[in-house]
Order: sequence, then C-alpha cells, then structure tokens
Amino acid sequence: MQSVIRMVVAIAATSLAAPAFAALSIFATVPEWGALAQELGGDKVSVYTATNALQDPHHIEAKPSLIARARKADLVVATGAELEIGWLPLVLQQAGNGKVQPGKPGYFESTSFVTTIERPTRLDRAEGDVHPQGNPHIQTDPRNIARVAAALSQRMADLDPEDAAFFRQRYADFDTRWRASIVRWEAAAVPLRGVPVLVQHKAFSYLIAWLGMKETGTLEPKPGVDPTAASLSEILAEQERHPAKMVLRAAYQNDRPSLWIAERAHIPAVALPFTVGGDSAARDLTGLFDDTIARLLGALQ
Amino acid sequence: MSRTAFARAALASALLVAGPALAASDADLDQLREEIRQLKQSYETRIEALEARVKAAEAAANRTDDVGRAPASATPSPVPASVPAAAAPVAASASAAPPAASAANAFNPAISAVLEGVYSNLSQDPTRYALSGFALGEDVSPGRRGLNLGESEFTLAANVDTIFSGSLTVALTPENTVSVEEAYGLANGLPGGIVPKFGRFFSGIGYLNEQHQHAWDFYDAPLAYQAFLGGQYGTDGAQVKWLAPTDQFLEFGAEIGNGDSFPGSAGNHNGIGAADVFVHAGGDVGDSHSWRAGLSYLDTRAHGRDTTQFDTADNLVDTRLTGKSRVAIADFVWKYAPNGNALTTNFKLQGEYFWRREHGDLTYDADGALGLTQTAPYGSTQNGGYVQGVWQFMPAWRVGVRYDRLNPGNPDYGANAAYLATPGFHPQRYTFMVDWTPSEFSRLRLQYARAELRADVTDDEWFLQYILTLGAHGAHKF
Repeated sequence: MQSVIRMVVAIAATSLAAPAFAALSIFATVPEWGALAQELGGDKVSVYTATNALQDPHHIEAKPSLIARARKADLVVATGAELEIGWLPLVLQQAGNGKVQPGKPGYFESTSFVTTIERPTRLDRAEGDVHPQGNPHIQTDPRNIARVAAALSQRMADLDPEDAAFFRQRYADFDTRWRASIVRWEAAAVPLRGVPVLVQHKAFSYLIAWLGMKETGTLEPKPGVDPTAASLSEILAEQERHPAKMVLRAAYQNDRPSLWIAERAHIPAVALPFTVGGDSAARDLTGLFDDTIARLLGALQ
Repeated sequence: MSRTAFARAALASALLVAGPALAASDADLDQLREEIRQLKQSYETRIEALEARVKAAEAAANRTDDVGRAPASATPSPVPASVPAAAAPVAASASAAPPAASAANAFNPAISAVLEGVYSNLSQDPTRYALSGFALGEDVSPGRRGLNLGESEFTLAANVDTIFSGSLTVALTPENTVSVEEAYGLANGLPGGIVPKFGRFFSGIGYLNEQHQHAWDFYDAPLAYQAFLGGQYGTDGAQVKWLAPTDQFLEFGAEIGNGDSFPGSAGNHNGIGAADVFVHAGGDVGDSHSWRAGLSYLDTRAHGRDTTQFDTADNLVDTRLTGKSRVAIADFVWKYAPNGNALTTNFKLQGEYFWRREHGDLTYDADGALGLTQTAPYGSTQNGGYVQGVWQFMPAWRVGVRYDRLNPGNPDYGANAAYLATPGFHPQRYTFMVDWTPSEFSRLRLQYARAELRADVTDDEWFLQYILTLGAHGAHKF
C-alpha cells in the first residue's frame, strides 16, 4: 500500500514539476516553420511539426493527434493567408488552448511579416482555390524566411523572456549565415535569370520572382483544380509559341500532369522539395535551397 | 504640310483613337495640347500622391521591421538586394495595409450555406417505413419518392467578444418550414483547457452524430442511428469538454439537456431531461494512419414519446412510451492516406455499435385509430450497428460500402404482447455509393441500398444527390 502511495506521489510530483523545466512548446503547421523554429530555438524549444513535405498543405485533416499537440503548445506557427483554413481553425477550437488562439501572442502567422503577391483581383470560387490575402507559399523565397525569422525570434523571446538572450543570439547567428547563403544562392542561380518555366501549381511564384525566372503557364487551369486533358493540350499549344525550359512541381504533388507535358514538350520535369523534407537533400532550410537551386540548374543543362 | 505639323497630327491621331486626324486644324491642335497638358497635370498629382503613400508605407514597414528585429542583431542590414529588381517584394508588413473600412458590416459573421437536392427511387412506400421490432420516432424515413429538394442550411458564425464565440445553423426544409438545427455559444481559451458550449447543438456522443448530414459519407443515416437516436441526437442544454494535456489525444465530455429529442421526449418539468458522457481517444500510427475511438453513454426519459411500429396484424400503429431510455455507443474510425496525403487516394473505415435498454409503460394504439388503446409495462434490451468503408481511388472520386444490422432483442410487452410480439427478424441493409467531389465545395453522389427491414419486405433504394456549399470555408471534423 505504501509503495502505491509513494508511486502516486512521485507521479503527481513529476507531472506538477514538469512545466517548470519545459522548453517553449512550438506547434508548426508546415515543415519550413518547424525547421526555422528549431534553428532559432535550439534546445530551449520543443518543436512539433503538424505536416510533412509529402502532404498537400491545403488539404490536411483536423486529426486527433494534431488537436492533442495544439492543446499543449505555447506557440502555434502558421503560414496564414488561408493556407491552413481547412483544418487549423478547427484544431485550435477543439484544442481549447487559450494561449494559441488567433489574436493571442501564442499565435504567429508568417504571412503577416512579408508582402504577399498574386492577391486576386476577383474573389470568386469560380476562380478556383483563391487566397484573398495572396499566394501563401512564401517560403520558396529565402528573403521571406529571413523576415519571418526576425519576427519569430522576437515572438519567442516575448513568450519566454528567460531565454530571450539565447534566442537573440541564435537569431543573430542564423541571420548572418542565412544572408551569406542568400548571396551564395543568388550567385549560383545567375544562369536561371530569365529562364521560362511552367509550373503545375502556383507554388513557386516567390522563388521565380526571386531568381528572375519567367512563369509562362500553370498546368492547373485554376488554382487547386486538377489539370484536365483540355487544359494540358492548351498548355502544350502555348508551349509552341512561348517555349518553357522545364516544368516544376512540388514534391507532394501528383507527378502525372507535369510528366505528361514534359514528355510531349521534350523538357525536363523537375520535382522541387518545396519545403524541408521534400527530398533526402532538403534536410534543413539551407539544404532546401541548396537542393532547389541544384535541381533547377541541373534541369537547365 | 511641314514635318512638325505632320508629327503633331500623327501624335493627335495616336492619342485620340476617335476620328480621322488627317485634316486637323490649328484650333483642334490647340485644344489637343490643352487636353494633354491637363492629363499630364492630373497624372503628376496622382503620382505625387502615390509616392507619398509608398513613403508612408516604407516608414511603417521599417518601424515594424525594427520591432521584429531583435536588438542584439548588430547588423540591421536590409535583406540583400535581389538579382532581379523587378517583382522584389518590398519589406512591408501587413500592418502597413490601409485599415479596413469601418462600414457597419465590417463585423459581419462568416456566412455559409449548403444546398442539397435528391432524386429518390424507392421500391417500397416510404410512408410505411418501419424497422422490424423497433418503434421509430418522427421524421425517420428515407424521404419522399421522386425529385426533392433536400434540407437547405445556412450558418452564421463569429467571435462574440474576447470570451465567447457563437454559431447559428438554420435548416430550411423542402416543406417550407424553418428549424434551428444548431445555435450555440462556446468559450474557447478558458484556463485548464475546459471548453463549455451551450445552446442547441448536436451531441458529442458517437462518431457520426456531431457531423452535419451534408458531411456524411452516405446519403442517409445508419439504421442504428434511425432506431436508437431518431436519426441524429441534438439537444438544448450545455456541454463541457476537456482535452487531457497529453500527446495522446484523450478527450472527455459531458452534456446535460432538456431531453426533448428521441429517444427521450418533451416533459413538463424543471429538471434535466437527459444527460450523457463520452470519452474519445485518438492518434496516429506512422505518417499514413490515424484513428479515433470513443465510448458514450446517454441517459434520458420519455414522457409520452410517440413512435410508430407494425403490430402483429400488420397495422402501422402509434405507440407511446413513458419511461427511461439508456443508450451506450462504442465507435471507431480509422483513416489511411499514403504519407498522410489524402489528396490522391485515401481510405476510411468506421463503425459504431449501439446498445439500448428501455423500460416503462407502453401504450398500444396511442392515437386510438384502431379503438384498441391499452397501456402495459414494457422493457427491452436492443442493439445494432454498422460498419462502412469509403475509398478514394483517384482524385475527386470515391466509392463506399456500408453494412447495417439491428437486433431487436426480445422485448417484454406485458399485456400488449398479443398485439406487438417481435417476429425475431433482424433488419439489415447493404449500401453502395459512388461520389464525385470536384472541389471542397461540391459533391454529387449516387447511392444504392438493398434494405431488408421487415420480414419478406425488401426495399431497393436509389438516391442521386447533390451537395453545394456557398460562402465561408468550413472545416470538417476528423
């Protein structure tokens, strides 16, 4: 009997004491923000990433596992611009965690800290899966990641003042490394300037703008609408007039439409990692861009 | 004509699409010059205004940048210049956007509407719908034959203030009546992770119960829902849910209600008419599998609950129960999607098992239609359930199979036994469906069911259904 009581007391003590040692618990909706939070937080944070690179970030389910993780989070790092609208509001509502509701310091939307592009001029579902606040795939431009890093580091410091200096130091290190990397990537990507490309989904608009490539067409007839035989034939006809050098898709996407075009237009189909974990080389944020640029350059040859 | 005059005329013709400028007089040219001057001036004013706005926006952006940038970072150098100057997004934050217009409708709630319609082809008369050995509540039937509008539904939802949020769902029936399907407030973000909800809502018991009909994978409710919960169990009352702060999803809930809904019925009392508790557990197995399982228990009272059932002489008679009804439910759902990406292919398996015990006084021929009205003690223990699988085999296309089975048990009808003996038949149904979902907002479904609901009576049921969603982007529960 005594041993049972001792055990109960021990369990109660550990469960009560646990929060005091706990690191800042971060719930990242997509791998890029999970990786960034880990870079900025080191061992002072515990990061849970809700999705992986092979999942379509537009279509995630409000799974019980996500609700349970959101319940314990101190900080939810989302993309925003309605990327997660199909599941995150439900997860947050069901989690009943007051700290991470929209509007609270524990809720962070990355798109609030960058300028989004491709804001639709016409808000109508007949235009497909349109995002009123612009294209949400901001992570394909590393300069956006730099902006989000600054804001995220500050937010982490606000939420965990004890580790604020640590977070600032890590941010400064990251920022220095990141800026050097951007210079390196931009130098390596010079041959890509002006290269015309097709994309399967408007997933790379920021990347294309950053590297000065030219998007000549989108395989999806409307955002989020699967390509049809008719829409692909149209692209193929357009390809005769304005030939693109390659067709890009994200790792999570069905490869059939871009392979179809690639075969008929005799151009390479390039699967880009899109986010951290999209392929074996994109193990972290630096790897993501190293690999993205290597693949683009590879397709050019 | 001098060259300058010719150039002027050419300019004029280029600027003015209107008209043949071959013979432009000096007066015309003067007028043109004046117009161009005015145009230029107007554009200069506009450009100045734009420049001022850009400067203001940049200033605001720098301010937010400074806020965002940690003071320790010694080099607040701007983000490196891009290779192409064009299309490089200027560092402006959302806070630099112009404030939303303070129109009266700026705080309008999110509005969405669901439109539904069905073509039903039923081999048996739906007005004589019954499940052998079960007394059915109102509104339980496969609906009318032929072309019908389904239930149209609209929902308003918004945060009320810093504490509460609210949601109202109104259903418009094809019979042109209006009913409040759900109307609840909830408080999210209370300390301790407690989420109270109050008003009218679909109960959290079972798996399918909390979902709206348009989110179901089949056109109609499983037989067990029809027999034990009158289709779907909603209540006016209050709910408290609490999610355990563990990595494992573990949710506890309790509800109290007025008990007006089947299997209870409205009573004239101050107390609580119905109460239930439920617990849900769930999680992932690897990236590709996720699951949820639950147990629920509902305790409610019937105060003269009107039902219909077939008697031994094959009359569809009114019966009325005053007594207690208790329902227990075990539910599970398992979903598979390769790597967790449900977009191309996915599979969903779900099942629920119901158990119900009722006792009280049952009145046979309650409306006196046969002139045989009589009341006697009644007791029953019944069970049933369903299992279904839905497979998305390619984007937008799904097929599904469902099997329903009910066990009416051996009810004790007391003195009514002469009229209401149970034939010992187990109702069952096989359902097949295929649906096409071109976007998250629309779905077309074809469903066939072979329903063996009474001995020697088999219903072939065909449904062709559409579901359209307008307005705010809803999110479906797991």
